[in-house]
Amino acid sequence: MDRDPESQPTVATASADEVAEIIDLRPTPSAELVRVPTIEPTAAPPARFDGERRSDVDRWGRSERMRALTRTVYEPLYKYWFRVEWEGFEHLPVEGGALLVSNHAGAVPSDAPAIMHGIERDLGRPVYGLAENLFRRLPAIGTMWSRVGGVTANPDNAYRLLHDDRELVLVFPEGTKGTGKLYRERYQLARFGRGGFVEIAMRAGVPIIPIAVVGAEESMPILWKSKRLARLTGIPYFPVTANMLAFGPLGVVAYLPAKFKIRVLPPIHFDEEPDQERYSRSRVLNATERVRREIQDALYDMLRTRQSVWFG
Amino acid sequence: MRVLVTGLSTFWGGRLAQALEARDDVEVIVGLDTREPRVPLERTEFVRSDSSYSILQRIVKATQVDTVLHTHLIVDSTRVSGRVLHEINVIGTMNLLAAAGMPGSPVRNVIVKNSGLVYGASSRDPYFFREDAPRSGPPKTNVERSLLEVETFLRDFASDNPHISVTLLRFANVLGDHLETPFSAALRSPIVPEILGFDPRLQFVHEADVVGALMYATSHDVPGVFNVAGDGNLPWSEICTIVGKRRIPMPPILTNIAAEPLRMTGVLNLPPEMLDLLRFGRGLDNRRYKRAGFRYRYSTAGTVEAFAQGLRLERTIGSNTPTYQYQREVEDFFRHSPAVLRRDS
Repeated sequence: MDRDPESQPTVATASADEVAEIIDLRPTPSAELVRVPTIEPTAAPPARFDGERRSDVDRWGRSERMRALTRTVYEPLYKYWFRVEWEGFEHLPVEGGALLVSNHAGAVPSDAPAIMHGIERDLGRPVYGLAENLFRRLPAIGTMWSRVGGVTANPDNAYRLLHDDRELVLVFPEGTKGTGKLYRERYQLARFGRGGFVEIAMRAGVPIIPIAVVGAEESMPILWKSKRLARLTGIPYFPVTANMLAFGPLGVVAYLPAKFKIRVLPPIHFDEEPDQERYSRSRVLNATERVRREIQDALYDMLRTRQSVWFG
Repeated sequence: MRVLVTGLSTFWGGRLAQALEARDDVEVIVGLDTREPRVPLERTEFVRSDSSYSILQRIVKATQVDTVLHTHLIVDSTRVSGRVLHEINVIGTMNLLAAAGMPGSPVRNVIVKNSGLVYGASSRDPYFFREDAPRSGPPKTNVERSLLEVETFLRDFASDNPHISVTLLRFANVLGDHLETPFSAALRSPIVPEILGFDPRLQFVHEADVVGALMYATSHDVPGVFNVAGDGNLPWSEICTIVGKRRIPMPPILTNIAAEPLRMTGVLNLPPEMLDLLRFGRGLDNRRYKRAGFRYRYSTAGTVEAFAQGLRLERTIGSNTPTYQYQREVEDFFRHSPAVLRRDS
């Protein structure tokens, strides 16, 4: 344009086409010629590719669609059979992680579905239920269990659910010692493990919310247990329940219509720094005993005012 | 940087040598293997060795490599016999580390490509293994045992040689257009096996992310153990849906025996490690390598989707895996003939 017409054209002012021409006219082969064509894995555009999901199974195996279906099927049982009544529902947090700790009863425990159903229906938050890794080994049942929110009770799983994903996690520290109780031991809490659940709540920095359930014990009472059959089959206990005597083989799945009452106790916050390598054994055990005591006291309190097993 | 790549003729060795050639800060690439390279390479020097690398000390001394990229660990037990596996994984690594750690060794970086197989797969596992999580049980197969042994060597090596930066990457199962694994073979075949009643969640990492993760370790100082796996996980049923395959159920008990006819007839080669995965799945917590700065291009779902797209393309145009015939004289000519003008000259 306003370039001095006298100046010599140089490479610096030449257009891209001209440069290419100059290089092409060079008599010597360019270094490019010795390049063998290669597949270059790094040459593709570095855009992120996340694909598209075809199911709603989350990384814990839970499927909200499967949960919704289960809730639809379970609702009549919840409403008309067990006639579940809640107390202290306001203690459940609307956000953030919390470890729900409850007593456990019934040969095939009926408390977990009731608690999960009620919270999901009325609070609108998913609940992940920790259970024995036995479930993961069972064909079909294990898959179903996982889809409806069951997670193996592994400390890493619990921590990640509570701390990273900020979810509600339900745990029964009594484990099979609770569900395998005989009818005459009903509402007597078994040992709360070794307090692992307290340690996880401390580490994750979340509160424990104790929950007392009345009714599950009578929905499937165990009259007698066979040690030999348990050993043979490899399951934790082999019960003979009142339900089996009443309904025969159907008794494995048919619950008695006991009235359910669920009381949510105020959250227990721990005065501990989260994410510690380890926590003082004595403080963990004290806290464990405190949670157990609170649930036990609540159970006694609820039983004192209960007029009838079937009508509450 | 002067780099030694083990297993140059394997899929990963070839891929990494190519990626290293594209980098200007890499002056020398020496590739070791028993067989000839199977991908076109421009400036990588190929050295034939035996499978246990007994000539390695001489090579390290002569070439003065500062970085060792150990990609040659067998993770697929269907490929070789138990003895060869032991020779390559255990003895090979032992000799490699002995050479890298000899007195006056120029090596400053050792990067090892290991597998999530070291965690095993069982019902007691956490859903996502952190790098420091222990196995739930003792190793069950030769591959697992040998890979664990490799890690023991590496731990000792790292503590004996504090001046050397050791990076151990544990990869989830890999999918990609060109790689053959028991999983890709199963997903390519018309019928995909499942174990009746089990729908485990699995995790995959894309082959591009595998190369990326190993390359990242060569250019960044990231000593330590890292999991490498695509974000999230997918149920096996969903993976099969994405790839568009129907599943055939295998019995949940005595599965290993039921898989034997499939193996013998060559219909499908299902190693025991894969059967465990089809039962319990496995997840790796991939957040530590992300915190170290690595960025993934593919999530697990993205990896499977990309694999499915590759399969569809392949159905139309046939296999597009490039083949390359290595010829010593030609390669030598390009590398050493005075007639060839090289990039740096």
